Amino acid sequence: MKHVIMRMAAACALFVLAAFAGAAPAAAKTELTLYYPIAVGGPLTKVIDGFVAGFEKENPGIKVNAIYAGNYNDARIKALAAMKAGQPAQLSVLFSIDIYELIEQDLIVPFDDIATTAEEKAWLKSFYPALMQNGTYKGKTYGIPFQRSTIVMYYNKDAFKEAGLDPEKPPASWAEMAAMGQKLVKKDAAGAVQRWGVMIPSTGYPYWMFGALAKQNGQDLMNADGNKTNFDNTDVVGALQYWVDLSKKHKAMPEGAIEWGTLRTAFTEGKTAMMWHTTGNLTAVKNEAKFPFGVAMLPVGKQRGTPTGGGNFYIFKSAKPDERKAALSFIKWVTAPERIAEWSIATGYIGTGDNAYATDTLKKYVAGFPPAAVARDQLKYATPELSTFQTGQVRKLLDDALQAAITGSKSPADALKGAQQQADRLLQPYR
Amino acid sequence: MSSRAILTHVYGWLLLLPAAVLLIGFTHYPAVATLADSLFTVGTAVRPSRFVGLGQYHGMLDDPIFWKVMGNNAWFAVGTIPTSIALALAMALWVNGRLPGRGFARMAYFTPTILPMVAVANIWLFFYTPQIGLLDQVGALFGAKSHNWLGSPGTVLGCLIVMTVWKEAGFFMIFYLAALQALPPELEEAGRIEGASRWYFFRRVTFPLLMPTTLFVLVNATINSFKLVDHLFILTKGGPDNASSLLLYYIFETAFSFFNPNYAAALTVVLLAMLGLLALIQFGVIERRVHYR
Repeated sequence: MKHVIMRMAAACALFVLAAFAGAAPAAAKTELTLYYPIAVGGPLTKVIDGFVAGFEKENPGIKVNAIYAGNYNDARIKALAAMKAGQPAQLSVLFSIDIYELIEQDLIVPFDDIATTAEEKAWLKSFYPALMQNGTYKGKTYGIPFQRSTIVMYYNKDAFKEAGLDPEKPPASWAEMAAMGQKLVKKDAAGAVQRWGVMIPSTGYPYWMFGALAKQNGQDLMNADGNKTNFDNTDVVGALQYWVDLSKKHKAMPEGAIEWGTLRTAFTEGKTAMMWHTTGNLTAVKNEAKFPFGVAMLPVGKQRGTPTGGGNFYIFKSAKPDERKAALSFIKWVTAPERIAEWSIATGYIGTGDNAYATDTLKKYVAGFPPAAVARDQLKYATPELSTFQTGQVRKLLDDALQAAITGSKSPADALKGAQQQADRLLQPYR
Repeated sequence: MSSRAILTHVYGWLLLLPAAVLLIGFTHYPAVATLADSLFTVGTAVRPSRFVGLGQYHGMLDDPIFWKVMGNNAWFAVGTIPTSIALALAMALWVNGRLPGRGFARMAYFTPTILPMVAVANIWLFFYTPQIGLLDQVGALFGAKSHNWLGSPGTVLGCLIVMTVWKEAGFFMIFYLAALQALPPELEEAGRIEGASRWYFFRRVTFPLLMPTTLFVLVNATINSFKLVDHLFILTKGGPDNASSLLLYYIFETAFSFFNPNYAAALTVVLLAMLGLLALIQFGVIERRVHYR
């Protein structure tokens, strides 16, 4: 009996020892833990691993541990949980629109406080202003753009020819898109639609597509402080009315919600002549489409407009001063024009500054594949993606309102008015 | 107590310890912590968390989305539970008989079960897709018009129910099949000699003998109708306009997309209470009547 207990005690002791052994003391050089929102083992981990190895070679005093954490949601949850548990986390790429949440939780530091030399300050200004909007709060920069995308219009040139339209002239305005969309609809003898004119996805990220329509109609969806939304503004209601009219009035788009995930297949199978989708799909469409296709800027309502999307670099408050400096030097290294060019070609994400498009690598790529330049040229007209305090809930309010109008259960004005009222209630404490 | 008796006690408790630690650490403590969390507001660096008592539950009463997902969940349960049980029983009876290719038929019925829900949802996403989807392509052969199955509030929940039944029925069939094979063959012989019709024999002998299995399957189907939400992430994200959102999915959204863990905790308590109540009814009331006498 006694030595049963002795054995158990020994086992317990071993267990405790093993638990402590996991927390071995760190080496003397500065160590950075980077949470990155891509799935482990995906093709992009190789690119990031390459960046990390290259950086460590040039900066022997710094070690970077990249943790691949899945999608944006997973990465945020894991990084936040790690910090809560006292684990090190110095920097991360997270959703650009999570900025207000991260500020409210007091988790991130502005880059202006770390970038103190003239050269570092110049670097802060080297990105496209449109990409900085989602990373700025009260005049300070909290997010550095890295994997960013935007919306473009893909169109099927064969379908344009078949409908008697010029395949080199995609619709330039709302009215043209509705009229051409109508012409591009193809029906069989029984009257069933074989091909639709245009599809704008309304599941997944409807608020993102709607940001483009609202901006084209002259209105941003929220203010720069992230504490007021403009959902019931007449121009915003007008934008939703146009979206609904594309199916109800012009019959150029199918009724009901259009699925984000299957839309690309619908386009490459020739079931729609035009689609609005992320630039992130460019490479996939290029590989799958068996017909010549074009990529165009989104049409003009009162003006051009598209939201940006994607992920920014953040530096966490929990990082010590030397770690913050090291994190900054890593981010600077990764966002150097040559690396951005390489990243953009590997992923389809847009280059984040003019200096990236000035590199030979990207110049050559754009010359051989002109659609890649459309997203860049459209950035002039970009607007920030919907992002406010309480962003998850505000976004959901808008998503629900959009889907209610698109499926016909509410009128655009009623749906958006309801969403605005609820958003006002949520955002009142932040004004 | 002699020292030997004490040692025996200690020995017994030590043997229990690993299981007890795991059970308390991962089941009981989280449940209690959830209940405690649900009594506070969400805390941020700017506004610390404070005690609100039943405030979160009051808020729930005024939350239209909560009532919407509760309604959806009720329809989802009503749609999936009886259908999948009936289908499972029918399939089990079918593949229990002597028919050519029996092994193949059993395997075919069981296949959906071994697929992960996320993979199943990805497959069905393309079944339901308008125009290019299987459903519309087959329909087109008969001249049916294309329908936006997942994009219309009227059909989306039905689509999810059909898919869930397809996924679950094969799993429940296995239990029925095992139970059927445990039935003594003399009963059937006796029935045949007495001249009982097959339907009469099923109604008065087979089905009552299967009741314990039915209870087990019923409990599982009920739990599943509240805990299966993986497919929503792929198929609809609860849309359009919450037409297909279920309670557990709403809890996930509240916690990880709205960053409101405390309201999510309150919703979780409601879910736990509901499942607890259902379990009580099933084991307390129905259990007593399922055994054949």
